[in-house]
Amino acid sequence: MNSGIDLEMSFTQGVQNLGLSHELAHLLWIPLPMLLVLVSAVIGVLVTVWLERKISAAAQQRIGPEYAGALGILQPMADGLKLLVKEDIIPARADSALFTVGPILVLVPVILSWLIVPFGQNLLISNVGIGIFLWIALSSIQPIGLLMSGYSSNNKYSLLGGLRAAAQSISYEIPLALAVLAIVMMSNSLSTVDIVEQQNTAGFLSWNIWRQPVGFIIFWICALAECERLPFDLPEAEEELVAGYQTEYAGMKFALFYLAGYINLVLSALLVSVLYLGGWGFPISIDWFSSLIGLSIDNPLVQIFAASLGIVMTILKAYLLVFLAILLRWTTPRVRIDQLLDLGWKFLLPISLVNLLVTASLKLAFPMTFGG
Amino acid sequence: MNIAYSTELICFLVLSAVIVSGSLAVVLLENIVYSAFLLGGVFLAVAGLYLLLNASFVAAAQILVYVGAVNVLILFAIMLVNKKEKLKPIEGLKTRKIISSGVCGGLLILLLRVSISTKWNLPGPPSIGEEATERIGEHLFTDYLLPFELASILLLMAMIGAIVLARRDISIQTDYINDFRNTKSLSDKKTPLLSENSLK
Repeated sequence: MNSGIDLEMSFTQGVQNLGLSHELAHLLWIPLPMLLVLVSAVIGVLVTVWLERKISAAAQQRIGPEYAGALGILQPMADGLKLLVKEDIIPARADSALFTVGPILVLVPVILSWLIVPFGQNLLISNVGIGIFLWIALSSIQPIGLLMSGYSSNNKYSLLGGLRAAAQSISYEIPLALAVLAIVMMSNSLSTVDIVEQQNTAGFLSWNIWRQPVGFIIFWICALAECERLPFDLPEAEEELVAGYQTEYAGMKFALFYLAGYINLVLSALLVSVLYLGGWGFPISIDWFSSLIGLSIDNPLVQIFAASLGIVMTILKAYLLVFLAILLRWTTPRVRIDQLLDLGWKFLLPISLVNLLVTASLKLAFPMTFGG
Repeated sequence: MNIAYSTELICFLVLSAVIVSGSLAVVLLENIVYSAFLLGGVFLAVAGLYLLLNASFVAAAQILVYVGAVNVLILFAIMLVNKKEKLKPIEGLKTRKIISSGVCGGLLILLLRVSISTKWNLPGPPSIGEEATERIGEHLFTDYLLPFELASILLLMAMIGAIVLARRDISIQTDYINDFRNTKSLSDKKTPLLSENSLK
């Protein structure tokens, strides 16, 4: 495989040519991709919120937001601004320190997880060796923030919501990790870049979804449960718990929960596309395509085309999954808490263990197709 | 002194300060919920120390196991049983505190003495960084296979024990709760508690 475009290298070299040391150049480089990813995550949220409102409106035969911008596209921006200027209320009997730290603890791990999302060969913040494991570890911090905000609100609905959220995210983390483990076993690496590379040998036929159909479904269900999306939105079930752990929150602190939820949704969709749908890969192999036109793969023009196609493909796949999640949210009823825990522990956990076992034996039996 | 070294030093100092002050607060604070949350912070800071040592896999495992599982379970236990009640004043609390702080201080002095008098082999072996995951796997399935399997058996035993404890048969008569014939007054329609039945 080719190495693709390496922006970091060209940037540090350019700065070094200006007469700065290598370390300083690296230091100048570090904040740039972080800022870019942060901005794109927030824009991704705005787009998702707009999609959510429009699709929910379509599902209920309404029109949805219409006047703010063309087709109401500025509506999420207006919502965000409203939350930003709202009064920040801390309930009188609440524990103000924990009340403030809670939403931050929910948001920060989600944003940190964007570290490992690749949009191309070198188009990610950091190709850390532990890759996808970092995401699993970081997402396990979130329940603490939820418990913290649920407890500190000094409200029984909040506490119940926080406890439900923590129970739910603990129970669904295990099948999620087992589904990821099967993928990792096939690609012999934890790094997201390697996982995508290994899927992009023969266009869409080599995507992991064909080799791991059960894993794909398990991962998708668990991702929805981790994001607290509607078949599994028990922590904030409004008929039972007012709004769960968010009940007492207002203004920007509420917006942090809102933001964390949607960033997590987009992140999960991106990771499904990375793990199962070939990440930045085009359904037809680029190598084959460039040889058809008669250009070398190392041609700068081909490289730029391939990189932008990679970004578009990643986002397209992710947003198709986001669309599916939104559609699920507005068309399915909520499960009960006992059904939720039954599904997690009695169905998904055994199935994912069997999936892991089958993958391991298939890997031994057919090392060619299952990454020996 | 270059940039990389000074960043590392600053990170180390900040993390150490967080760990020391955090763990002191875990022990000394009266509010048990604060202690539990701070314990999570201390675990995170320890993970940060592992990261500084280039052991990213160990750091992630630390977060996953200690923050994501152990600390959340502790919090769960506290929040499910957290009843605000006045504890009975314990006799001779002051002398007890003095004795325990004396023991802890002695232990600290002992450890400090050991760490100062030991000849540390500096600098240690170079870190293997990204290869660490593979090396850990290799060791787990070759020379550390027996401890690994023993730990698995221990966990399996704990899991089976938990299932046995949770599956005690409780017989709640549905007609007693539903009471279609309306024979009982409203206050009698109490669901038998789980613990009352399971203790029989």
